[in-house]
Amino acid sequence: MSEDDEDQSPATDLRSQPPCSPNKSRNCISSSQTFPDHVLENVLENVLQFLDSRCDRNAASLVCKLWWKVEGLTRSEVFIGNCYALSPARLTQRFKRVRSLLLKGKPRFADFNLMPADWGANFAPWVSTMAKAYPWLEKVDLKRMFVTDDDLALLAESFPGFKELILVCCEGFGTSGIAVVANKCRKLKVLDLIESDVTDDEVDWVSCFPEDVTCLESLAFDCVEAPINFKALEGLVGRSPLLRKLRLNRFVSLEEVHRLLLLGAPQLTSLGTGSFSRGDQSQQEPPDYAAAFRACKSVVCLSGFRELMPEYLPAILPVCANLTSLNFSYANISPDMFKPIIHNCHKLQIFWALDSICDEGLQAVAATCKELRELRIFPFDPREDTEGPVSELGLQAISEGCRKLESLLYFCQHMTNAALIAMSHNCPELTVFRLCIMGRLRPDHVTGKAMDEGFGAIVKNCKKLTRLAVSGLLTDQAFRYMGEYGKLIRTLSVAFAGDSDMALRHVLEGCPRLQKLEIRDSPFGDVALRSGMHRYYNMRFVWMSACRLTMGCCKDVARAMPNLVVEVIGSDDDDVNRDYVETLYMYRSLDGPRKDAPQFVTIL
Amino acid sequence: MIGQLMNLKATELCLSLPGGAETLDTPAKSAVGNKRGFSETVDLMLNLQSNKERAIDLNNATASKQKTLLKDPVKPPAKAQVVGWPPVRNYRKNIMTNHKTSGADEASSEKAGNGGGGATGATLVKVSMDGAPYLRKVHLKMYKSYQDLSDALAKMFSSFTVGNYGAQGMIDFMNETKLMDLLNSSEYVPSYEDKDGDWMLVGDVPWEMFVESCKRLRIMKGSEAIGLGTSNSPF
Repeated sequence: MSEDDEDQSPATDLRSQPPCSPNKSRNCISSSQTFPDHVLENVLENVLQFLDSRCDRNAASLVCKLWWKVEGLTRSEVFIGNCYALSPARLTQRFKRVRSLLLKGKPRFADFNLMPADWGANFAPWVSTMAKAYPWLEKVDLKRMFVTDDDLALLAESFPGFKELILVCCEGFGTSGIAVVANKCRKLKVLDLIESDVTDDEVDWVSCFPEDVTCLESLAFDCVEAPINFKALEGLVGRSPLLRKLRLNRFVSLEEVHRLLLLGAPQLTSLGTGSFSRGDQSQQEPPDYAAAFRACKSVVCLSGFRELMPEYLPAILPVCANLTSLNFSYANISPDMFKPIIHNCHKLQIFWALDSICDEGLQAVAATCKELRELRIFPFDPREDTEGPVSELGLQAISEGCRKLESLLYFCQHMTNAALIAMSHNCPELTVFRLCIMGRLRPDHVTGKAMDEGFGAIVKNCKKLTRLAVSGLLTDQAFRYMGEYGKLIRTLSVAFAGDSDMALRHVLEGCPRLQKLEIRDSPFGDVALRSGMHRYYNMRFVWMSACRLTMGCCKDVARAMPNLVVEVIGSDDDDVNRDYVETLYMYRSLDGPRKDAPQFVTIL
Repeated sequence: MIGQLMNLKATELCLSLPGGAETLDTPAKSAVGNKRGFSETVDLMLNLQSNKERAIDLNNATASKQKTLLKDPVKPPAKAQVVGWPPVRNYRKNIMTNHKTSGADEASSEKAGNGGGGATGATLVKVSMDGAPYLRKVHLKMYKSYQDLSDALAKMFSSFTVGNYGAQGMIDFMNETKLMDLLNSSEYVPSYEDKDGDWMLVGDVPWEMFVESCKRLRIMKGSEAIGLGTSNSPF
C-alpha cells in the first residue's frame, strides 16, 4: 500500500496546483537476462528522475522490486496527506534523498472547534528524524500541524541548504521561531506564513534576516498578529533583489506600503497590502498612492486590505487590468465601492470577497470577469439568522457570466434549487462545489422543498466534480444522487443532512473515488458505518461527529480492520464504556496507532 | 467559624511559602536565609520532558460542545448558536471581530493575537523573564493553583533552547540544565503587576485573588525584587 496518494491540494496563496497527469504506459524492462542489476539501476535512476508527478511515481514503484527501490532513491518530493498514516522512520527508510516534504496534520473540522486543542499532529518527531536522514532538505510545507519554536530552531540548524518554509493553518510557534529561521537559513527563498496562529513573542524577527543580500523570493506574513519593525523591513526589501511576493500584515500602514512599493514595485508579482489604512492621520497630504500602484507593473495577485479605508481603494485601479487574483475577503466593501474596481478586472481568475459586496457586486463580477476560475464568498456576519446580503440571485448571475468557473465556495442565508440547477448547466468545468447555507436545515426559500434537486443536478451535470460540501435541508434523496452520479468525488463534507443510514450508505457504496469524508450532526449510525468497510482502507480519513454511532460498532470496525486507526474523541468526563460516540476519526495507517494520543482520545 | 479562620490564615502576611514556615528550613535548592528563590516561592519542579508550548485556545479549552443530535430530522433548528457553525475559521472570525470594533488598540490586537478563540473576558497575561529573548502569554484561568502555574512556566521557558542571536546579556538557553540551575537559584523571583499597577511578589495571596488581580507576570532577577510590595500592604 503506498503511503502517498493522489491529491489536489487546496489552493494556497490563491494559486492551485496542477492536477496529476494520467498514468502513461510504461515499458517494463525485464530485470534479469541481459544487463547486470547495477547497470539497470543506473539506467532506471536516470530515467525515473524525470518523473515529477506523484501519481506517476506511485505507479512506477509498483512495477517490480527494482523499480520500487530505484523510485525510492529518486523521489525528491514527498507528499503525506495524513501525518499519522506512517511514522517518520518509515519515510526515511523508504525514501533516501528527499528534498521536499509536504505534510498535513489535523482534519479540517478541527478548524471549527470540533476537536479539543492538543490533539496532536506534532511536527517534532518529523523534524528530528529528518534532521538526521535528510541533511540536504530544502523545502517543508505543512498544513494544520502543531509546530513549536524548538522545531523551527532544529529545522534552521539542521538543513544548511534550506530554501522554503510554508506553514498553512499551523500553530504552536511564535515570532521567536520565525526569527531563528530568518537568521539561520541563509539560502531562504520562501517564508510563507498563511492563516497560521503565530504568537507575539515581542521579537523583532524582521531584523534577524542576515545583513547581506538575501535570496528571498516570497515573504508572506499577513497572519502574524504583531507589529513589525518597518525600517528593518524596508532594509530587507531593499536588499532582496529576487523578491516577487510580499504579503504584509495589518500592522503595515498605507504610507509604509507606499514606501515599500517605491523600493521594489516593478519586480513584485504578488502583493498583500497590509492594513490599507493610513497610520499617520496628522499629515494633510497623503502621498500619491495611485502612483505607487502604477509602478507595480508586474503585480497579478493582490490581497490584504485588512483594515480598509475605502476612500483609498481607487488607488489600486492602475493594477486591476493585470490582476489574475484578488482577495478582498478581509474588507467590508459595499457594492458602490466595489463596482468601479471590479469593472476593470477583466483578467481575473481567482476572486475572494466578503458578502458585503452583495448580489449586486456579484452581478458586476459576472459582467466583467469572464475568465473567472475560482470564487469564494465569505460571510461578514457568520451567524445563522441574519439577513444575508447574497443569495441565489448572485449565484445565478455568476453562473451565467462566469462559464469557466471551476471552484466555488459560497456562504449565504438563502438558496434555491433553481439556482443550483442553472449553475450545474452553465458551469460544466466545476471541480469544487462548496455551498454553505448558514441556516441549518433550511429548504429552498422559494418552493419550500428540500435542496435535493439542486445538489442532485450539481453532481449529475458537473462531471468533473471532485469536491463537494452540502448544506440546507437535505433528505436521503440527495445522497442517492451523490452515490449515483458522484463518481469522481474525492472529498465530501456533510453537516445537518440526511434522514437515515441509507444516505451514508448510498455515498459509501456509490462513490469509488471517495478519499476524505467529513460528517457532522447527521443521523447516520452503525448500519451506515458498517456499510463502508470495503472502502476505508482506500480512504485517507473518515470524520463523523455528533452522529448516531455506538462504541460497540466502532470497536467492531477496529477489530475487523487492523490497519485502520479508529479514534474516538470525547470530553474528559466521558466514560469509555459509554455507548455513544461523540466524535469518530479514523484513518489508515502503516505503522499502527500513534503513541502521542492525548487523554481525551481513545484508540480502539 | 473554622471556615473564616482558614480564610484569615490564607491572607495572613508572611514571608514564606503559602502553606507553612517550615519550608524555610529545608535544605532547599536555593534558599539563602529568608530570601526566596524562584523555586521556593512557587515550589518549582522543572519537568523538562515535553517541549510543547501550549497554544492557548480558549474555545477548545473546554471540550463541552452542544450536542445538536437531531432526533427528528425535520424538526426546526434550535436557535442557540452551535459550535463550529457556520464553518468559518476562527482566524477569519477574529479578523472580522476586530473590524467591527474598529480597533487596532491593545485590547483587540491582544485578542486577535491569541488566535483560536477570541472569547471576550479572557485573562491573558504576558509573562516575561529577565534575560529571555522573548515573552510568553498565559491564560491564568487555565490553572488551578500556583503549582499548576509554576509547572507551566517552567515548561514554557525551559523548552525554548535556542541560543541567543545578537542581543547582549541574554541567557544562553541552549543548555537546559544551566537554565534549571539559574531558575533554582535565588537569582530569580516571580513578580506580577496588579490592577493598581503595583508590582507584587507572587505567592502571597490566595490563588483566586491572584488570578483576579494579576495583569502581567515578570520573572525578575532577585536583586531587583527588593522593595516590591505585598498585597496586604497598609498603604
